[in-house]
Formats: sequence, C-alpha cells, structure tokens
Amino acid sequence: MNAPVTDSELNAFLDGELTPARRAEVELWLAGHPEALVRLEHFLAQREALHRLFDPVLDEPLPEALREAAQAPVRSAGWWRRQPWAQIAAGLLVACVGAAGGWFARDRQVATAPIAAVSVPLPRQAAVAHAVFSPDVKRPVEIRAEQEDQLVTWLSRRLGSPVRPPHLGTLGFELIGGRLLPGNSGPVAQFMYHDGAGQRLTLYVSTENSGKRDTAFRFAQEGPVNVFYWIDGAFGYALSAGIPKDELAKVATEVHAQLERR
Amino acid sequence: MDSAALLAELPRLRRYARALVGDRMAADDLVQDTLERAWSRLDRWRPGSDLRTWLFAIMHNLRIDQMRRPTVECIPIDEDAHLLPVRASQSDRIELDNLAAALARLPEEQRAVLLLISLEEMSYAEVAATLGIPLGTVMSRLSRGREHLRQILAGDTASPRLRVVR
Repeated sequence: MNAPVTDSELNAFLDGELTPARRAEVELWLAGHPEALVRLEHFLAQREALHRLFDPVLDEPLPEALREAAQAPVRSAGWWRRQPWAQIAAGLLVACVGAAGGWFARDRQVATAPIAAVSVPLPRQAAVAHAVFSPDVKRPVEIRAEQEDQLVTWLSRRLGSPVRPPHLGTLGFELIGGRLLPGNSGPVAQFMYHDGAGQRLTLYVSTENSGKRDTAFRFAQEGPVNVFYWIDGAFGYALSAGIPKDELAKVATEVHAQLERR
Repeated sequence: MDSAALLAELPRLRRYARALVGDRMAADDLVQDTLERAWSRLDRWRPGSDLRTWLFAIMHNLRIDQMRRPTVECIPIDEDAHLLPVRASQSDRIELDNLAAALARLPEEQRAVLLLISLEEMSYAEVAATLGIPLGTVMSRLSRGREHLRQILAGDTASPRLRVVR
C-alpha cells in the first residue's frame, strides 16, 4: 500500500478512472475501511437512482418544437444576423417562410396563416429588394446598362407594360442595370444606379396596383434604407437608397418628372 | 453535423436538461435554445469532433447565461455547513421523490458535474472539456457533490445553516 486513498480516488474508483494498479490498491484498502465502503455503496445507489429517475425521459416522444429545431434552418442564424438587411427583411421573411412551413418553430400562429393573406406593402418590398441586391458587388443586376435596349424589352414584356429606366446622370447617378423580381402576385422590376462614390440607389417598379388611387410622394424608412414611393395608375414606384431623405427627394422628383414626360 | 446526428442526440440532451433544471418546460426550452445556437454556430463545429460534447458545452454556456440573468434572489449556501458527520444510511435504495428534491438543493456546479458523470456517464476528461474547467475541479466538484447529495438524502441537513454544537 502506497499513498493513502483520497475522497477523489474513491470517486475515481467508482467511475473507472483509476489505473489498474491503483485500482487494486484501493480494493485492498477498502477491505480495511468499512465506512468508506458504505459511502461507496451509497454513491453507486445514487447513480442507479439517477438512472431510474431520468432514463424515462429517453423514451418520451420528442416534442414537435424540438424536432423542428433539430432540422437545419434555411440559412444558419449566424449568417442571417450578420446581414445589414436582416432587420428589415426579418418581418417579411417571418411572414412568408413562416407561412410556408414553419421555419421558426415557436411561431405557431404565424405558421398557420394562409400564404395568400400575406401582402407586403410597396415600400417594404422595395427596401428589402434594395437591401438584398445593392450590396452585391459581382452580380447586382441581371442585365447591365450596356444592354439597355434588351433590358427594356425584356422587362416590358415580362411586366406586360412598357417600363424604361429614367436617366439620372444630371444628379450624378448612373444606371448599372436591372432585374426581374417576384412581387406580391407577379413580376416587378428593379433598376439599379450608382454614383461616383459607389453609393447605390434602386428604383422598384411594380404593375400590381390596379384599382388603387394615385398617391403623392410618400416617405418610408426601413432600417438603414430610405424609401420614396408613389402610385401612378397601375404603376407603383419606390426609390430606395441609404442616403439622406432630402437628397433622395431630389432624385425622386427627377424620376417622377421623367416618367410624366413619357 | 447534420439534422439526423442532432436528432440522435436529442433524447440525451433532454434527459440531462431535465435533471439539471428540474422543470420539464424550462428544460425543453433550454434544449431548443441549444439546438438553435448549434445551428447558428455551425462554423465553429469541427467535423470529426465529438458532437455530444459540443452540444453539452453549448447547453452549459446557455445555462450559465440563464443563471446570470437577475431573477429571484438566491440565498448563498454555506457549503461546508452541509458537511456534518452523519451515520451512513443502512438502506441503499433511494426514494426517487427524495432524490429529485435533493438534487435541486445541490449547488448548480456540483449538480452539473455529478449528472454528467453519474447520469451521462462521461469520462472526467469529457466533463472537463464540456464545462471548460480543469480536471482537478471536475474531481473536487464531483466528490463534494456526491457527498453533499448523500447527506441531504440522509436527512441530516434540514437547515443548511445547522451546525454541530458541542
């Protein structure tokens, strides 16, 4: 017998954490220490009782919320939160994705809402589209300004109405190009511009406004994105950028003026 | 890490959470938070490492955050006050109701170590990695936790402040 047996060693003996040599020594020592043996037996009983008490949890059916939480999210939440547009888009996505299949397992009420009921207001649609595509360095648009004729033909055909990007060169904004996007019930168009400093601006054009009255300029703020929007006949326009309201108002006035002249 | 692997760990995560937290709903909430955090930190998951240890570590950190949040005022327990000399119980059959109540009276850090070893059957090294504490701390918390639980179950610590008066 070498070193005396400590309390920790008694536990390590129980948990199979001793070397075989030390284990044999502790066994011998226990023979001469009945009070330690009683404690050891009690610790064994603890272990056995803990299993009796909690092992039934292993056989319980898994709650649905946990099953869902075990599924991979559409994107990982960390990626999601890092995006500057996450704040704006969050509400929109909860409505759409939640309705589609219950991404957020706890939002049961949202998940049961019929998808047809979800209609996103114009400025919000525009702001989200702006926030999603304007930071894209490589592919901000589907068709670039170099093929402006092609862009105009294509978007006009898809939207079923003639659409043409205004020219904002006098205000320092140059057309990058445009793309087609899904709106509430059909296609919408987005034109993107940038200035010399790389600041991007998007004009969102929707043709989904039949039956609605024309409106004056309205202003909305969606997180970091400022939006001017107005409705003109079947067309809804929304101009979005991360620039101050008064600067954006000048651009909106110019866009409106050019559209009026057509 | 994929959904199937995660799903396979769920029963054990739930069992441990139930034993640690006590309340069923609160325990499942903790498991759900753990899963959500696991997905959000997928980039920190090293393929080939032990998924179970990783998940338990996430749960442990969430639990610490929970405990730090101000809730009801806690009465600090003088741990040594529990360590009264008691006669060993002759019966080694532990009543489960008593066990649940006794477990709840253990300090959280002792309860966690005790459960990871006695219930989850982790090795000391795995527990040290999971909780982010040295091996020696694992061993001292374990022996204090087991002894503490034994004394609570022996019923000699009705008052945590009870002291032997000569």
